[in-house]
Amino acid sequence: MINSTVAEISAALAAGDISSVEITQAYLDRIAALNGDLNAFITVCEDSALQQAKAADDARANGDDSPLLGIPLAHKDIFCTKDVLTTCGSRMLHNFVSPYNATVVELFNSAGTVLLGKTNMDEFAMGSSNETSYFGDVKNPWNTECVPGGSSGGSAAAVAADLCAMATGTDTGGSIRQPAAFCGVTGFKPSYGRVSRWGMIAFASSLDQAGPITKSAEDAALMLNVMSGLDKKDSTSIDRPVEDFTASLNQPLKGLRIGVPKQHFAEGLSAEVEQAVRDALAEYEKLGAIIKEVDLTNSHLSVSAYYVVAPAEASANLSRFDGVRYGYRCEDPVDLEDMYKRTRSEGFGEEVKRRIMIGTYALSAGFYDAYYRKAQKIRRLIKDDFDRAFEEVDVIIGPTSPHTAFKLGSKSDPVSMYLEDIYTIAVNLAGLPAASIPVGVANGMPMGMQIIGKYFDEAKILNVAHQFQQHTDWHKQKSSAIAAANGEA
Amino acid sequence: MEWETVIGLEVHVSLSTKSKLFSGSSTEFGAEPNTQANIFDCALPGTLPVFNEEALRMAVRFGVAIGAEIGKRSVFDRKNYFYPDLPKGYQVTQLDFPTVGKGALTVTLADGSEKVIGVTRAHIEENAGKSLHEEFHGMSGIDLNRAGEPLLEIVSEPEITSAEEAVAYLKKLHTIIRYLDISDAIMAQGSMRCDVNVSIRPKGETELGTRTEIKNINSFRFVEKAIYSEVERQQEILEDGGRIIQETRRYNADKDITTSMRSKEVANDYRYFPEPDLLPVVIDDEYIAAVKAQLPELPDARKARFMDEYALSNYDAGVLVSSREMAEYYEIVASKSGDSKLAANWVSQDLLGMLNKNNLEITDSPIQAERLATLIARIKDSTISGKIAKTVFEAMITEASDVDAIIEAKGLKQVTDSGEIEKLVLEVIENNPAQVQQYKDGKEQVIGFLVGQCMQLSKGKANPGQVNELLREKMQ
Repeated sequence: MINSTVAEISAALAAGDISSVEITQAYLDRIAALNGDLNAFITVCEDSALQQAKAADDARANGDDSPLLGIPLAHKDIFCTKDVLTTCGSRMLHNFVSPYNATVVELFNSAGTVLLGKTNMDEFAMGSSNETSYFGDVKNPWNTECVPGGSSGGSAAAVAADLCAMATGTDTGGSIRQPAAFCGVTGFKPSYGRVSRWGMIAFASSLDQAGPITKSAEDAALMLNVMSGLDKKDSTSIDRPVEDFTASLNQPLKGLRIGVPKQHFAEGLSAEVEQAVRDALAEYEKLGAIIKEVDLTNSHLSVSAYYVVAPAEASANLSRFDGVRYGYRCEDPVDLEDMYKRTRSEGFGEEVKRRIMIGTYALSAGFYDAYYRKAQKIRRLIKDDFDRAFEEVDVIIGPTSPHTAFKLGSKSDPVSMYLEDIYTIAVNLAGLPAASIPVGVANGMPMGMQIIGKYFDEAKILNVAHQFQQHTDWHKQKSSAIAAANGEA
Repeated sequence: MEWETVIGLEVHVSLSTKSKLFSGSSTEFGAEPNTQANIFDCALPGTLPVFNEEALRMAVRFGVAIGAEIGKRSVFDRKNYFYPDLPKGYQVTQLDFPTVGKGALTVTLADGSEKVIGVTRAHIEENAGKSLHEEFHGMSGIDLNRAGEPLLEIVSEPEITSAEEAVAYLKKLHTIIRYLDISDAIMAQGSMRCDVNVSIRPKGETELGTRTEIKNINSFRFVEKAIYSEVERQQEILEDGGRIIQETRRYNADKDITTSMRSKEVANDYRYFPEPDLLPVVIDDEYIAAVKAQLPELPDARKARFMDEYALSNYDAGVLVSSREMAEYYEIVASKSGDSKLAANWVSQDLLGMLNKNNLEITDSPIQAERLATLIARIKDSTISGKIAKTVFEAMITEASDVDAIIEAKGLKQVTDSGEIEKLVLEVIENNPAQVQQYKDGKEQVIGFLVGQCMQLSKGKANPGQVNELLREKMQ
């Protein structure tokens, strides 16, 4: 049952075919068996998970029928969890136990889910390969020589390898969608403001959004139903009614206008990925959708603008890690400056320090106008591009990543790593919702397709994704190793 | 060479909101260290700010009170620097879009003249915590109770030309803030702090000289002294052909000198940028009008009314409105005693002198307004003389019993019995033949001496009017 979707497990729990304790134990066993190889989890909460599962079973016996009651999940280790280690993949927080829960964590707790553990991630969510984690690389379940993508690599690998039924992730420039594509799972980045950021350790405040990583679009809808909504503790969260995202999954796609950005099918895109996405578009046409080319004129500027805005915000967001109040502090500081310097030099990894340097530089007196202000202008241009495109189409579809997962250690040049997110970053800059769903397998590795929607039009994206998954089975594909572990031929 | 001084003031005022600027923690003064610091104040990872709109209302209240432009869209920025008492590693403030824009204050100087001093802006920002360097054996302690408290930083135009004007400006600011009830503004407790920017230039020169900034001065008197001392220092340097270094200095009150803190030439780059965790604060005309409608009577208006309604001099009215509590006290005394002029004298001289001597605030006065009014009423109805009233006043400081009881118990009631007064007058005429003769020779002013003698003889209790009248009668 561990390879089932949340919807299926939920039905089995409701029917009494299985208990939450049983399914939780099954996942814990699976983690024990595979996490040593995959390194998807930083922390596993064996005892508390079983207690929560027991409590869920008791609640069900008392008539509670919440859809996610008793479903085992994993949280990315960027969400603060009371009494459970929250490291953000960094030495800086290697010993940090939060005294409070993130709003997302609270919401899932209230929904009755079972926390299996905290998943590995790029340090402070800075990376596209999960190789910057202080707690070691995560391996791609399809091929353990390959990266799972990042920064939510642990969550994507855990879902792909059936170490959990569902997981949370966060996406600042593609950190849910790209690992979802690399691991062959469904990832969803909601509109900026849809999900509370309270308790989610900040990387770049104006771009960060939490979202689900699941085995299907329907599961993503179930998770979004729980995660979404106004939170007074987050001033950037938006006051809009939360619809039932599962309600519109089965809308027919006849007449749906799909925009295909020519800039996302240009040089640098691998032939296999292009073919897979074009095949998917053909599938949509069969379902009655109309395909239209759209022009995202300024999309070539998005990576540059992002690597000014995100590091600039990060440089300030990460200033609080100073060794004074919590987290890592260097040994025997001789004075304050020594404490700051060594704590931060030793506590942060290379990529985090690189981005703090870039951000500090971009905000410096005399450079602000040339970098930060200009990047904000580009951000508006990119948003305008989307607004224009969405006058003509309902969703925009293209590849999530230019290629399949690359080999661990193969990208040593930071800029080539930054270009990994070339199709995903613009979505964050514009604050839009977008999903990545599996769209094919090439050379034994999965590929992802990105579906971008209008602001707060999550329901439409889920509908478009779900319909595709009703007519194809790419989202059910597993690597041969995982299939074997599941006892399949 | 003749020099002129140019001064600009930056005043930080702690807004008296119940909770902090971006968190629900209490702002009560004097709590145990770190008992008023929640997870946001400690900058735990993942915590986010939520703006306290009470601080906005208070800032706008100040803005409309000084006739300033109000920013309908204010934007918070992060000011980045590392210090252990700054938990987030940045201070949230308002750089380009402050809540309060250009306004002005009118101050009255010692010679009675008035001067308008421009206010450049006033912005909302958060306070830092406190570093404690004692009792920690070579380490420092951090108290975050104050971290995140709302401040209003009020920046003046460089239009102040002397220490006297600077103090007048500060006192006026203090008065207005107290009237508005937006801060305790107690300099000694740090709820009002002042940074002074000082430069000098040859008289008539239009370019500004290089300025120094004297940080964190905590009394009006020290502001005055610090300016004198800094102007003198700059003057000496320039007259010796030297150059002023732009820097931050601190005032050492014991030695009455300013000393260098750090050079601004290697200044911090604060890398300001808009705070992405907060939305811009947008208000409309309706909001501003509502705040304006709730303004109390402000000192200038009250002063004009006092001059008009109570026939007070410009000076007396100015003294009485200088604090809201004193003005309110005065109005009770004036209305209940029935003599606004006498009330003004008693409040501004006797009462204020007594309070200053005992280092008391008017709200803690041992003599309440109603009692002082009764005392004045007793002068008016001739129960006691003005002079005896001073004795009664002294007694009222330590005795809580009512005014009439004190007069009675001490036997201070004025002698108005004409028989008794006649006895006094006859005795004085008999004892002072020379002065009586002088009077009869036409030296009119001698009457004063003779009245004085009678008063002395009666231990001040005789009614001076009656004495005067009877003396003249008997000497005819």
